[in-house]
Amino acid sequence: MAQDDANVIDQPEVMTPRMVTIEIAGKKVDVPEGITVVKAMWYAGMDVVRGVGCLGGFCGACATYYRTKDDPKVRTCLACQMAVQDGMSFTMMPPFPARKATYELQKLQDPKQDLFNLYPEAPLCRNCNACTEACPQKIDVREGVWKAVFGDFKSVSEMFMDCVMCGMCTPVCIADIAPNLVALYVSRAQGAHFSEKPVGLDVRIKEIQDGQYNEEWDKVLKMSEKQLAEHCATVK
Amino acid sequence: MDIHALQQIVHKTRDARRKQTIPKFAPTERDQLIHKYHPDFRASAYRPIKFGPNEGDKTVMELAALLEGDSSIQDHADLTAHYTCDVLVIGGGGAGCAAALHAHGAGAKTILATKLRLGDSNSVMAQGGMQISVAPEDSPVTHFIDTLKGGHMENDHALLKTMVEDGPSIAKWLLELGVLFDRQADGNLHVKKGGGSSKPRLLTCSDYTGLEIMRVLKDEVINQKIQLLEFAAAIELLSDEAGNCTGAIFKDLDNQRHVVVAAKCVILATGGIGRLHIQGFPTSNHYGATGDGLCLSYRMGAKLAHIDTFQYHPSGAVYPEQLIGQLVTEGIRSEGGHLVNATGERFVNELDTRDVVSSSIIRECEEGRGIRTMSGRVGVWLDTPLLDAEHGPGTVEKHFPAMMLQFERFGIDISKDPVLIYPTLHYQNGGVKIDTNSETNVKNLFVAGEASGGLHGRNRLMGNSLLDLMVYGKRSGLTAAGRVASMKQGQLTLKHLQRFRAEAKKHGNVSGVISPMILPAYTRKVN
Repeated sequence: MAQDDANVIDQPEVMTPRMVTIEIAGKKVDVPEGITVVKAMWYAGMDVVRGVGCLGGFCGACATYYRTKDDPKVRTCLACQMAVQDGMSFTMMPPFPARKATYELQKLQDPKQDLFNLYPEAPLCRNCNACTEACPQKIDVREGVWKAVFGDFKSVSEMFMDCVMCGMCTPVCIADIAPNLVALYVSRAQGAHFSEKPVGLDVRIKEIQDGQYNEEWDKVLKMSEKQLAEHCATVK
Repeated sequence: MDIHALQQIVHKTRDARRKQTIPKFAPTERDQLIHKYHPDFRASAYRPIKFGPNEGDKTVMELAALLEGDSSIQDHADLTAHYTCDVLVIGGGGAGCAAALHAHGAGAKTILATKLRLGDSNSVMAQGGMQISVAPEDSPVTHFIDTLKGGHMENDHALLKTMVEDGPSIAKWLLELGVLFDRQADGNLHVKKGGGSSKPRLLTCSDYTGLEIMRVLKDEVINQKIQLLEFAAAIELLSDEAGNCTGAIFKDLDNQRHVVVAAKCVILATGGIGRLHIQGFPTSNHYGATGDGLCLSYRMGAKLAHIDTFQYHPSGAVYPEQLIGQLVTEGIRSEGGHLVNATGERFVNELDTRDVVSSSIIRECEEGRGIRTMSGRVGVWLDTPLLDAEHGPGTVEKHFPAMMLQFERFGIDISKDPVLIYPTLHYQNGGVKIDTNSETNVKNLFVAGEASGGLHGRNRLMGNSLLDLMVYGKRSGLTAAGRVASMKQGQLTLKHLQRFRAEAKKHGNVSGVISPMILPAYTRKVN
């Protein structure tokens, strides 16, 4: 293959990986530097069933606590999105038994008031900010909880669009609020109760119900393979 | 060389490229390109299936072995039911949730079983959006035509017509459940243009469309108190004397015990095959995408369609190493992002269909115009900073927050530097053949979503998967629920497995593997 050797990205760390010592749930193991936390667990010979989901940073299955060398601060990450480094220690977060309220969304009469019935702990936030610090998605969780309490559902729904429901904001809450679940309720209420109804959508649904496209369908579906291919070529 | 030095050519050629328009390929050119470079045409990766409903049909080696594979269940296993229900849904992604919600809503006693957690699926990762013809200048017929072109005219017309016509009512259902689709200033649904589509038709929730839909559907499944069996992997289906489906056997992954569920109807919504790493490709798929539903239904005698064709998403990350195979959303190209080779040139219309774009990337790389990494991978640049140049600073951050964050974690700012990409195994175009009620040729066995086949032809159009999941999830759930009232629970037997084993024996029990795979074997064997 004629390829200029200059066209190669330097990645010496991948070619001859430096081995680093990390601690997985308290156990010391040597793994190649820079692989993801979840890959480090596989490398160490661990079967991981609980704790792996999409492997793309979207599902929140792999919520993990970690600490880097000599730093007292325990931080949070998604195990599929975090590279290991020397001296790092981590452990996966077990499923946390936060209470999720159940509700019939469409039947809610006053969703902003209903928040306090469904999640009576929501207004008890003591502003410690631990939830915001725990969020691997960098959402200002504390601010979101207050906005929910003050009825600014729209802002909450926008702020929590990044939420992967990993639940790392829940065990840290000293008021036993589950901010991710509060935000999910608020976002759904915003969508179902406080968003404009898209008029064009109803028009299209009615057009289909009224058979407005039937003639066009008849024409298209009766075409021979060749005719259909020719017709397709005209649609650009 | 340092990556930043190699990226310079992208920055330097940006202004000149912005003035260019690259025409789409003519049909003959397109076919030549695909036949030469698309992985679906690499004959050495394929072989005929030796027996079963698709005997003689070619598919990739990895899948053929699993389809011919043996069950882990013994012939005389205890089949006393632990649970009994009307409708058993297997799979907790988009199609599974939609099926369970509709079956439950129609009054059927429903169980949703899934091998990981509720919601762990590819659906949650869908970033690009959901195609529904809601714009005034668009129509279901145009959606049909676009999809047909994308699928190389091999799509099942009835399935496709049903999907595009059901689309708008699906959007309404999701809005009522509280899904926050992006809006125009007038409150109507905002639509974006997707690859291979003639009209803007993608409904989006920024670049979190699948996540937003799944958050809502999962929440609703829990609110509706639908019975869940999580970490329960389906390992065999059950049939009555007549060969109709009557339930399934699961392995509880927490304690390895078998769980038998009797059901009047079974809906398989088990998703795709990315984790089989066909032809050695990395994948954008979730941990459990191992094609379990294909193996289970094949042993029951269900016919598969288009199982020789897979979708390689054009833009899988190649750098950094930690993100290999993960998607860089097509939305970037929808908004005008260029694909650029090592010489700073564009080489394809970025909004052509996925198979065309992927083939042209592979061509560039095979002909030496790719950028290589020391780990032996190769790719081309996706010019992400172009979006900020074109639409104003902050565009990338505003429209693609998920992408920004994903790369930022590894010290890369995609609004400033281009991303190195190469096709990644993304989607199974085919699957178990279904009718417009989502039922297979095995009575009372339904398949919905990626595990099903026929709808997408030989190449799925961007944004059609989320719609497929919802439409056929709903149809399977409603059809099954509508049937169960007048049905008796059938006997639980393994007759189908005995037949399958007899046939396997005739062919020399060649496969040597147990299927379904359940999870990929990534754990390193430590001696």
